[in-house]
Amino acid sequence: MSSTALSQFSIPFLMGNNLNAWSEALAGFNLLGLPLGLVILAAIPLVFIALYSLTYGVYGERKISAFMQDRLGPMEVGKWGILQTIADILKLLQKEDIVPTSADKFLFVIGPGVLFVGSFLAYAVLPFSSAFIGASLNVGLFYAIGIVALEVVGILAAGWGSNNKWSLYGAVRSVAQIVSYEIPAAIALLCGAMMAGTLDMQQITILQSGSLGFVHFFLFQSPIAWLPFLIYFIASLAEVNRAPFDIPEAESELVAGYFTEYSGMKFAVIFLAEYGSMFMVSAIISIVFLGGWNSPLPNIGSLALNDMTSGPVWGAFWIIMKGFFFIFVQMWLRWTLPRLRVDQLMYLCWKVLTPFAFVSFVLTAIWEVYVP
Amino acid sequence: MQELDTAGLGSIRVTRKNDHTVVIEKDLATEQMVLAMGPQHPSTHGVLKLECLTDGEVITEAEPFLGYLHRCFEKCCENVDYPAIVPYTDRLDYLSGMNSEFAYALAVEKLLDIEIPRRVEFIRVIVAELNRIASHLVAIGTYGIDLGAFTPFLFCFRDREIILGLLEWASGARMLYNYIWIGGLAYDVPSDFLKRVGEFVTYFRPKAVELCNLLTKNEIFVKRTIGIGIMPADVAINYGWSGPMLRGSGVKWDLRRNDPYSVYPELDFNVPVPDGKLSVVGDCLSRHLVRALEMEESLKIIEQCIAKMPSAEGFNPRSAIPKRIRPKAGEVYVRAENPRGELGFYIQSDGKSTKPLRCKARSSCFVNLSAMKDLSKGQLIPDLVAIIGSIDIVLGEVDR
Repeated sequence: MSSTALSQFSIPFLMGNNLNAWSEALAGFNLLGLPLGLVILAAIPLVFIALYSLTYGVYGERKISAFMQDRLGPMEVGKWGILQTIADILKLLQKEDIVPTSADKFLFVIGPGVLFVGSFLAYAVLPFSSAFIGASLNVGLFYAIGIVALEVVGILAAGWGSNNKWSLYGAVRSVAQIVSYEIPAAIALLCGAMMAGTLDMQQITILQSGSLGFVHFFLFQSPIAWLPFLIYFIASLAEVNRAPFDIPEAESELVAGYFTEYSGMKFAVIFLAEYGSMFMVSAIISIVFLGGWNSPLPNIGSLALNDMTSGPVWGAFWIIMKGFFFIFVQMWLRWTLPRLRVDQLMYLCWKVLTPFAFVSFVLTAIWEVYVP
Repeated sequence: MQELDTAGLGSIRVTRKNDHTVVIEKDLATEQMVLAMGPQHPSTHGVLKLECLTDGEVITEAEPFLGYLHRCFEKCCENVDYPAIVPYTDRLDYLSGMNSEFAYALAVEKLLDIEIPRRVEFIRVIVAELNRIASHLVAIGTYGIDLGAFTPFLFCFRDREIILGLLEWASGARMLYNYIWIGGLAYDVPSDFLKRVGEFVTYFRPKAVELCNLLTKNEIFVKRTIGIGIMPADVAINYGWSGPMLRGSGVKWDLRRNDPYSVYPELDFNVPVPDGKLSVVGDCLSRHLVRALEMEESLKIIEQCIAKMPSAEGFNPRSAIPKRIRPKAGEVYVRAENPRGELGFYIQSDGKSTKPLRCKARSSCFVNLSAMKDLSKGQLIPDLVAIIGSIDIVLGEVDR
C-alpha cells in the first residue's frame, strides 16, 4: 500500500488529535518488515463492518420481514431478540464441519473463502468518510466493478465442488446471472463516472459536496441521472442474488442453490459474504449517485445544517445510513415480490436494462457536453 | 412455438401442436441429466418424488413416484367398525378434515338410509365450508412460496389461524377433528359459535379480496403463471380431473351443484370459472384464480347457513346416530366436493359384519396428479414448480 494511502488511515468515529497521533504511530509499526500496524488499523473498521453485516444485517432482515408479515420475529435472546444472531453464530460454530464424501474437497472448502474475499475486497476502495478510505485508488470504481466478479469464481467452485445437481444448477444460474448483470450495472456506473470525470471513489464523493446538500448529488445534478440510478439498483439486486432475482438460491426450486451442501461455519461465511455484498452495492450506489459521505442537508440562510452535519465522523454516519437505507429497500423488495424465471431474468437484462443503460449513457454524455 | 435459450446448450425449441402434444427440437445434442426432485424437496408439498429427465433447465420428462406416505387406509378400514373409520378420513386430506369426514358420513348414511336432523346438516355445511376456506388459504399461500413470494403465505396463515380456532372450539381439535359422525355430530356447536363465525365472515370478506390482489395484481406473479401448464378442458375431463383444477380449465363442474348433497340445493352460490380475461383458460393462473374466488362463495354459503339454521332448542346432535352400525348387504359410492376436487367413498357391506367389506377412497389429488407427466413436458424447472403448486396436492390423500 502506498504512503499516500497510509496517511489517510484513522479511525472514523474517534477523531481526537491524540488518537490521530496514536493511529499514525500504529500505522508505522512494522514487524519483520510487514506493515502489521497498518493491517490492524485497516482491519478494525472492516471487522466492524463484517460483524455488522452478519449480526445486524441478519437481525434486521428477520425483524423487517417479521413486521411485514404480522409477526414479531426473534424475541427470546436478549431484549427484542437483539442477541439472536450471536446465538446463531455460536450454534453454527459448534456444528460439525461436514464435507460430503463425493464432493471435490478442495473446491468445496475454497468456494466460501473466495466468495467471502470477493465480497469484502471491494470494501478497500469505499470511502467511509473524508478521512477514511482503505486504498485511494485512482481507478477505484473500476476496481470495485471488477473485483465483484471474483464472487462468481467462489460460487462456481462451491456449486461444482458440492457434486450435487441442485448446487450445479444454482452455480450455473448464478454465473450466467452475475456475468450478464454486470454489463448494465457497469454502464450505469459509467454514467456516474462520466458526470464526475474520475474513477476515484473519494474524488467522486468530494465532487458531490457543497453547501446545498442533496442538490449537489449526481442524482439531482442531471435530469437523466435517475435512469442509470434505477438501472444500477435493479442490476445490483441481481448481482448480489437478492429477490426478485434470487434464482441461484431459489429455495422452492433449487433447495438452496449453490450452498445446498454447506453447513456450519462455511454456511455462515457464505451468509456473511451475501450481507457483505449487500452493503457493498448499497455503498457504491450511495457514493456514485447520492453523495457518499456528504450530508444531504442544505444550508438554509443562517441555519447552516450542512456545515453542522459535515465532518469525518458525520461522513461515516451518512454513508452507513445511506447504505442501510438501500439495504432496507432490498429487504422490502425481497419480502414483497415473487421470483422471476431464468429466461425472464435474462430477458430483463439483455433486452430491457442493457439498451436503457446505453440510452442513459448517450444521454448523459450529451448532457455533460452541451450543458455545462 | 416457444423458443427457450439455455446458456451454452444451443437453442431448444419447444413446439406445442394443436392436439397439445409437445415436440422438443434441439440444435445441439446434449447429455440429459436425471434429476430426482423430492421426496425431500421444499416445493413438492410433502413426500412426492418427481424423477425428471432434464436438458439444461428444460424438463424433457417428469415421472411422479408415490407411496412415501402410504398408510394402508383402505386395509385399515376393513378391520375397524364403521364409526372408527371417521378419524382415519381426517388423515387423508389433513388440510380439510371436515370435508373428508362429511363425504364419509354421507356414504355410510346412504348405505344405512337414515334421516339426518336439519340442524346437523347446516352445522356440517358451515364447518366444511370453513375448512374449505382454510384449505384454499394454504393452497394460495404455499403457491406464493413456490413462486418466491413469502409474505402472502403468512397473511394466509394468519387468517387460517382464526378458522382453526373456530373449528377447535367446536370439535376440540385443530386439524384432525373427528367431529362429523355417522348420523350426526360429536357435539353441538358452542352457544356463541354462530355469532363468532358471522364476525369472521365480515372480517374475512375484505381480506379475501386483499389476499387475492396481493398475488394476482403482481406483475411478476402473473408472468410466472399465465400460459404455464395449460390443460385443455377435454384432456382434463379425460384425465378425470375435478374440483378447482377442472374449473380452472373452464368446465363449470361442482358437485355441490351438479350432484347436490346435504342442504346445498337450498343455498345460493356461484361456481367460478375463468373467463379468459385475466388468464389463459386452463393455465396455472386460472387454477389459482378459481381458488381465490371460491373463498368468497364459501363465505356466502356460511352466511346463508347461519340465517337458515334451526334453533338449538331440544337439539341432540347424536339423536340420529345408530346404536350399532350394521348396514344391509350392498354397496354404495358417494362423492362430495372437497377443496381439491371430488372425494368419493365406495363402501361395500356384507350385511353381517360391523366392519366394511371394502372401503375405497377415490382421491382427487391422486387423479389430478396423474396429469403431471403430460403437463411437465418441455417446461423449465421453475415452471414445473409452478405447475405442482397449482395442482395443490396433499400427499396424505394421494398416497392414502
